[in-house]
Amino acid sequence: MTVKEEETHDMTDHSNSQAQRASGGEAYWKANIRLILISLAIWALVSFGFGILLRPLLSGISIGGTDLGFWFAQQGSILVFLILIFFYAWRMNKLDREHGVNEE
Amino acid sequence: MDQTTINIIFVGLSFALYIGIAIWARAGTTSDFYAAGRGVHPVTNGMATAADWMSAASFISMAGLIAFTGYDNSTYLMGWTGGYVLLALLLAPYLRKFGKYTVSEFIGDRFYSPTARLVAVICLIIASITYVIGQMTGVGVAFGRFLEVDSTTGLLIGAVVVFAYAVFGGMKGVTYTQVAQYVVLITAYTIPAIFISLQLTGNPIPAFGLFGEDQSSGEPLLARLDQVVTDLGFNEYTAHNGDTLNMVLFTLSLMIGTAGLPHVIMRFFTVPRVSDARWSAGWALVFIALLYLTAPAVGAMARLNITELFWPNGTDGEAVALETIQNDEAYDWMGTWQQTGLLGWEDKNDDGRIQYYNADSEAMQERASEAGWEGNELTNFNNDILVLANPEIANLPGWVIGLVAAGGVAAALSTAAGLLLAISSAVSHDLIKGRIKPDISEKGELLSARIAMAVSICVATYLGLNPPGFAAQTVALAFGIAAASIFPVLMMGIFSTTINNRGAVAGMLAGLIVTLIYIFLHKGWFFIPDTNSFTDDNPLLGPIKSTSFGAVGALVNFVTAYIVASRTKPVPQDIKDLVESVRVPRGAAGAQSH
Repeated sequence: MTVKEEETHDMTDHSNSQAQRASGGEAYWKANIRLILISLAIWALVSFGFGILLRPLLSGISIGGTDLGFWFAQQGSILVFLILIFFYAWRMNKLDREHGVNEE
Repeated sequence: MDQTTINIIFVGLSFALYIGIAIWARAGTTSDFYAAGRGVHPVTNGMATAADWMSAASFISMAGLIAFTGYDNSTYLMGWTGGYVLLALLLAPYLRKFGKYTVSEFIGDRFYSPTARLVAVICLIIASITYVIGQMTGVGVAFGRFLEVDSTTGLLIGAVVVFAYAVFGGMKGVTYTQVAQYVVLITAYTIPAIFISLQLTGNPIPAFGLFGEDQSSGEPLLARLDQVVTDLGFNEYTAHNGDTLNMVLFTLSLMIGTAGLPHVIMRFFTVPRVSDARWSAGWALVFIALLYLTAPAVGAMARLNITELFWPNGTDGEAVALETIQNDEAYDWMGTWQQTGLLGWEDKNDDGRIQYYNADSEAMQERASEAGWEGNELTNFNNDILVLANPEIANLPGWVIGLVAAGGVAAALSTAAGLLLAISSAVSHDLIKGRIKPDISEKGELLSARIAMAVSICVATYLGLNPPGFAAQTVALAFGIAAASIFPVLMMGIFSTTINNRGAVAGMLAGLIVTLIYIFLHKGWFFIPDTNSFTDDNPLLGPIKSTSFGAVGALVNFVTAYIVASRTKPVPQDIKDLVESVRVPRGAAGAQSH
């Protein structure tokens, strides 16, 4: 779809948006906040947790001449961040449709 | 063909490529110069964001800081990638829905206050100038090496090139130029890393090689590295030697600073749809991660290579002979880097050998007095040279060295030029046109933009000559400032309907001022050397270094905004409606042109 076509869609959506917001808005926002909190908990767990504060607890698990905490600090956390962003984007785009607040 | 010629050819070719693409792309789309991201696929946009984002700090400086400190500097890796999670979850989609072009416009509208907008502009200018100082340090290293002059001359030549590049201007707005820069940058970073990983571990993927086996000793690479560095009295590479609280705060500062810097946030304003803003952050991180997953391998492997070059007979054998350094081809890089003034050695005890060890370690002092050593003879190894010197240290072919030079120059130039453009438009558009002289002519606006650019490059160059730290450390200070001033108000602007105009202004000012004072106390007032009262080795507040203070400043910002807002007039209903509408994707208008 070209950009032009999208814009026409957006224009028609705009007139409905007030009504849509009233019905789907609050539950949608609650679901979004819940998803953000879960995602940020994982975000903090792999970086500040496994990578720094909980590293002593993971010292028993060895990997390539060092321990799992070192791996999380230099590789694992970055990989989890990637998964988190794509998961959130996929889940939110689905939530948008479920609550009728998506763009199309 | 000598190495200098090869370097100049590679740097020249890469420039020709960017300029060629800029001309080609501009011919087709003159009108949407500002809205470069509009209609661009999230993958392409992600690649361009990655090029914009990865500067001299990521490319030139970061691996060196990891190499010489080890695990403790994992903070840079987690901090500069983890911020994208915050961007994707907390800011990007909402700012895209809001549908304006700059961060300060959002702050001005959401907090219904021209003062809030003005304060935001000032915060952005201060953070950006600090960021440019860090870039200039990197520019000095890159130009010094590839023109084979000392780093001060390199910095001055580089400053002229950056200025010309930024004035040429439009380059920044053209997404495809940035895609080309990304390709040059990532190729230049990964190719030598692949070679070195193959040499040391036999694994072509550096990130796997890092946790692989060192082929010459048969031990795991990191275990071997821990062994050789502790043999010489240095801290164990994989161990946690620094302070935990400082490490947490530093990582957090870099993360929230990432989500508070204008040149990254701006990219998400121009994607076609709200859902694309979410994907774009993910794609940007994919392309950034390619470098960030490689960087720790580059650092660890380079440290091992360097240590073994200085101790060719093992760490308990004889050190490298001065004669070898002067005559052996494998040590040619030392001669070329000595010219930049960033590498130095001295045979203090006149034994014809260069002993490289940690002279502060007690165990080593014992060994030194037995062997007649008189201190560490590798007197200067600037961390910022590591990535650029790495292919030479590993004895890689000339074209790889040329490629890395082109990549380093691309990284430093693109970000420095981009930031200069951001500063100049903030001064001319937001400050002069928006506040001081609204009836300024278009010509006058353009002139003031150029003057702002010239002034900021002069300031950055002057301070870059005596930088407050290595490139990545200076850039980290810029992140601290952005973390303390911009991120909290953006987040409160979206997730709270009760923070009002006065709360936002007070919050930004409080966060900015405490953070600046803390940084200046440690790094010198306005970064002028020798005007500091404390050092980062012995900071004012317990273990908290000036680079880590951004997280504390952000907390001050949040708390101040909350207290002031709860005691002043509540937010009007139309602004509450604005916040509600920002929260849902439906109704997002197409990206408008300016």
